[in-house]
Amino acid sequence: MSEHAAGRTPPPAEASTSGSSTSLRRNAPLVPTDGSASRALAAVIAILTFLAALCAGAAEIVASSAVQWQGAVANEVTIQVRPAPGRDADADVTVALALARETPGIAETRALSKTESERLLEPWLGTGLDLGDLPVPRLITVRLAASPAADLPALRRRLTEALPGVASLDDHALWISRLSTMANTFVGVGVGVVALVLLATGLAVTFATRGAMAGNREVVEVLHFVGADDDFIAREFQRRFFRLGLRGGAIGAGAALAALALAAGLARLWRASPAGDEIEALFGGFEIGWRGYASVVLIGVVASIVTGIVSRVTVRRFLD
Amino acid sequence: MAAGAYRVTGESLLSGMEEPVVRFENVGMRYGVGPEVLSDISFTIAPHSFQFLTGPSGAGKTTLLRLILLSARPSRGLVSVFGEEVSGISSNALTGLRRRMGVVFQDFRLLDHLTTYENVALPLRVQGRSETSYRAEVVELLRWVGLGERMHVLPPLLSGGEKQRAAIARALIARPELLLADEPTGNVDPQLGRRLLRLFIELNRLGTSVLIATHDFALMDLVDARRLVLGDRRLRIEE
Repeated sequence: MSEHAAGRTPPPAEASTSGSSTSLRRNAPLVPTDGSASRALAAVIAILTFLAALCAGAAEIVASSAVQWQGAVANEVTIQVRPAPGRDADADVTVALALARETPGIAETRALSKTESERLLEPWLGTGLDLGDLPVPRLITVRLAASPAADLPALRRRLTEALPGVASLDDHALWISRLSTMANTFVGVGVGVVALVLLATGLAVTFATRGAMAGNREVVEVLHFVGADDDFIAREFQRRFFRLGLRGGAIGAGAALAALALAAGLARLWRASPAGDEIEALFGGFEIGWRGYASVVLIGVVASIVTGIVSRVTVRRFLD
Repeated sequence: MAAGAYRVTGESLLSGMEEPVVRFENVGMRYGVGPEVLSDISFTIAPHSFQFLTGPSGAGKTTLLRLILLSARPSRGLVSVFGEEVSGISSNALTGLRRRMGVVFQDFRLLDHLTTYENVALPLRVQGRSETSYRAEVVELLRWVGLGERMHVLPPLLSGGEKQRAAIARALIARPELLLADEPTGNVDPQLGRRLLRLFIELNRLGTSVLIATHDFALMDLVDARRLVLGDRRLRIEE
């Protein structure tokens, strides 16, 4: 400082200066960022987000496939006509068909021929067998109309009355129930895993924040001395960790989106092969749809928010 | 007292009417279960006053400053800052009191990852003020302390004297009512020490109460000011 400068009075608050119209701050964070520790935490968040997003994507595929299966299965019921000694199976089928067609809410009926019914047994019994002597049940597929709703209990009752001991109606309720349970279990497990991964993210951030607080004890002390309150300091840490979380979350969610898109692409490539048929039969087109992609992005965002909030709470507890 | 020493006021012109800025009554301080490092300390710092805090190394000057700064709590006795008794003070009230003080640390405590400008602006930034509202003030003060050309430099690249001036500027920027300086001339040559002293005197004339902790008798002899002398755990006041 020059003698001249030292002799001047301090500037008034409204003093204007030349050359200060642009910001002189570099927006440097008040809490210094330790490169290696920050990178490690961002990597942990990215990996956890990736795993959670994959899990959410898989749960979404199962859930949407289950809805498709349930829709397909619930739209159809099957009438089974069993051959009985002394009865004409074809006549019984005709009676059952007539009863079904009379019932309101039935869109379409189709009786499988004897040959078609026998062919259904081929996967279990093999080909080239003469099944003519076997009492193979005859099936009638009944497609239900969207509206009005068919009165299936009434149809079942009339079938039993007209063809006692011969005809029965299968509305696939057991299948649908099992399918629903399986799909819900899968989705529940997926949600649980996502919650666990977010919890693990929170714990990792807690330890990292405590480490950062310990490593920046002097910075925190100086901030206190220059008049920063605990909330300001907590906000600074939150800002730093939110950015880290955002980076990790973006990398993890981006990688998960790429992995799911790659899996969908490979599934499309394999669709023509027998294995592809199996996969498609199970998972549809292996597409998670906009809802799946949105949930992956949401997990990345939630991981960032969890990171910011947990760091803030940790700092407040540390300072208290 | 050297001839031609600066004259400052040890008591407020309004003493008796205004609340003391700092008041200690029978304060004792010990760390953990150790012996007391300060015993029965009683004094006041009047508004707009100037005083030195002196004593041999290890006498407890820094501890006394920490008590005033509210970064340490007394083991016994009463400490009152800006009229507020500090035992059981809330976190918000503590922040409010600290914003009325400026402090120059012996080791500067500049944040190495912030530029000189950012360090000096820190007390205003933590108050939530926008940069445009304080930019001109900070730049002007930096020029005033001779750091106008060094405002974009990080502290590790500053000389000892430059760090000292940056620390002083940071303490002054929020126009504190009380300035505490711990060995503010300890790292600079005598000539710069005298310049810094003039800076503090100027600030005092503008209304800030100043307490300078030093064991530099040559520096103290330059100013006709009250001395708080610590020794043997107790405080003696030389008016």
